[in-house]
Amino acid sequence: MFPRPIETQPRAAQLTYQAMIPLALVLWLLPLLAVAVFSVKPDADFTTGNYWAWPSRFAGLENYGKVFLESDMPRYLLNSVLITVPTVLGAVALSCMTGFALGVYKFRGNLLIFFMFVAGNFVPFQILMVPVRDLTLELGLYNTKAGLVLFHVAFQTGFCTLFMRNFIRALPVELIEAARVEGVAEWRIFWFVVLPLMKPAIAALSVLIFTFVWNDYFWAVVLTQGAESQPVTAGITSFNAQYRAAYHLMSAGSIVAALPPVAMFFLMQRHFIAGLTLGAVK
Amino acid sequence: MTATDRQATGATWLRRNRQVVAPVLFLLPGLLFFLVYVLLPVAQSVQISFFRWDGLGEPDYVGLANYRELAGDRAFEVSVINNVKWLLLYLLAIPGGLFIALFLNQTVTGIRLYKSLFFFPFVISQVVVGLVFTWFYDPTFGLLNAILGAVGLGPVNVLGDPALATYGIIVAGLWPQVAYCMILYLTGLNAVDPEQVEAARLDGAKGWRMLWYVILPQLRPATFIAFVVTIIGALRSFDLISVMTNGGPFGSTRVLSFYMFEKALGEYGFRMGYGAAIAVVLFLIMLVFIAYFLWSMWRQERGA
Repeated sequence: MFPRPIETQPRAAQLTYQAMIPLALVLWLLPLLAVAVFSVKPDADFTTGNYWAWPSRFAGLENYGKVFLESDMPRYLLNSVLITVPTVLGAVALSCMTGFALGVYKFRGNLLIFFMFVAGNFVPFQILMVPVRDLTLELGLYNTKAGLVLFHVAFQTGFCTLFMRNFIRALPVELIEAARVEGVAEWRIFWFVVLPLMKPAIAALSVLIFTFVWNDYFWAVVLTQGAESQPVTAGITSFNAQYRAAYHLMSAGSIVAALPPVAMFFLMQRHFIAGLTLGAVK
Repeated sequence: MTATDRQATGATWLRRNRQVVAPVLFLLPGLLFFLVYVLLPVAQSVQISFFRWDGLGEPDYVGLANYRELAGDRAFEVSVINNVKWLLLYLLAIPGGLFIALFLNQTVTGIRLYKSLFFFPFVISQVVVGLVFTWFYDPTFGLLNAILGAVGLGPVNVLGDPALATYGIIVAGLWPQVAYCMILYLTGLNAVDPEQVEAARLDGAKGWRMLWYVILPQLRPATFIAFVVTIIGALRSFDLISVMTNGGPFGSTRVLSFYMFEKALGEYGFRMGYGAAIAVVLFLIMLVFIAYFLWSMWRQERGA
C-alpha cells in the first residue's frame, strides 16, 4: 500500500493524521458550509450586517419552508425529475442494445461506429446548439420537456455506448457461444443471457446519467424558457431574480436544487464510483 | 414458388444472415438518434458558419466572411486566450486530485465517509457551484474577505476585477474537478500491486522516488482518464461563467463556448452564422484532443 499505512507509524503521527482529516475536510468544503450557514439564518441577520457571527436564531425551517411553499422551486424540481428519469430510461435502453451490437458481433465498421459514438460524446455543445435548437423548433418541441429529453437521450447514448460496449466486452464470450450452439435466437441471447449480466452496468450508468442530466444547464437554457418546462438548474436563476438580495432564501434554494444528485450519490455510492472510474484500473 | 416455400427461404435467409441482421437491428435506434442529434448537427453547424443568418429569415451565403471577421474581433481573441488559461490551469486538477488521494489512502476508521465527503462537490451542479463561489468571493459579505479581513488584508473583489475574474472562476471549476481526479486516483491506488511496493521498499525506495518510479507508472490508466475528462471539462466551461460573471467584467471572462452563445442567442441579437463560426473554431481545438484520445484508445484496442 502506498503511502505507507499510518498504523505502522508512531502514535503521534497517527494522532496528527486523525486530527488533520476533519480539518482538511472543513477547509475543502468551506464555501459550501458558508452557504449552509446562510440558509438557516433569519432575514434580520442580513439587514443588520451580521453575516458571519452565529445566527441570531435558527430560521432553517422558515427559510426552507418558503422555498418549498412560496416559490416555483417545487415546479422546477418536478420538471427536473420529468426530464431526468425518461432520459435515463431512454439512454440506458438504447445503449444496452448498441453496446450489445458493438461488443458481441464482429463486422466491418464495428470499431468505426464505436469510435463515432466516443468522438461524438466529446464534442463541444456549442457546435450542436444552432442545429439542435432549430430541429427542436421544427418538431414543435421548443420549450417542452420532451424536446430536452430527446436531445439528452441522443447525446448520452454516446457515453453510455462506450460504457456498455466495454462492459460487455469483459463478459465471458463462452456463455454467448454456448447459447448460439443451442440455437437460441439472437434477441433471446440479448434478453436472457446478456441483459441479466449487465445489471451492475445498468445501475452504474443510471446514477451517472441521472447526475449528468439533472445538472445540465446549457441545454436547459437553449431549449426551454419558462417555469412550465425549465429544470431546476435554469430555474434557480429565476428564483434568485425573484429573491434578489434575500441571501438566506437563495442559499436555501441552491441547497435544495443541489440535493437530489447528492442524495443519489450517497445512496448509490458504490455504483456511482464504479461507473465513474471504469477504465481507471487495468 | 408457393407461399410456404417463400416463407421457408425467408426464414433461412434470416437464419443464414442473422449475424449481420442482428447487430444492424440492435444498432439502429441508438445510431439513428445519435446521427440526428449529434453527428448531423456538427456538419450543419459547419455549413451555417458560411452564412449570415438571424435564425428566422433566409440565410445569406457569405463565404469565409464570418471567419475573416473573427480574425479582427478583439472579444474573440480574449476568449481564445481565456480558453488557453482554462486548459492549462485546469490541468492542476490532476496533481491536486492525486495529492488528496494520497492523503486519504489510509484505512483509519471513518475514512470511507471522509472520501465520500471530499468527493461530493463533483455531484453538485456547476450552477450551484457557481453561486456558492460567487457568494464566497463577495466583497461585502463573502467568507473569503471575512477571512482576509481577519488577517488584516484588504477586501478583494475577485469577480469584479478583470485581472482576477477568470482565475476566480477557474478556481471554482477546479473544486469539483479535483474531486473527480481524486476518486480516479483512489480507485487506481486501490489496485496498485502491493508486492511491487514491498519489493521497492526493500530496495530502499521511498517518498518521491517511490511515487515517481513505482506508483505513477501503475496509475497510468487513471491518469489518462483524468487527463481526458479534465481537458473536456476545461473546454466545456460555460455554466460557471454564465452564473458567476456572465462574461464580465468588460467581457474579460468570456471563453469560446460562452462567446458563441452570446453571439447566437444572447442579447446582442441572433447571429447564428457568426456563432457557428466560433463553435467551429472551438470544435477544431477539441478535435486535436479527440483525435489523440481516439488514437490512444485504438492502440489499446489493438493491444487487447
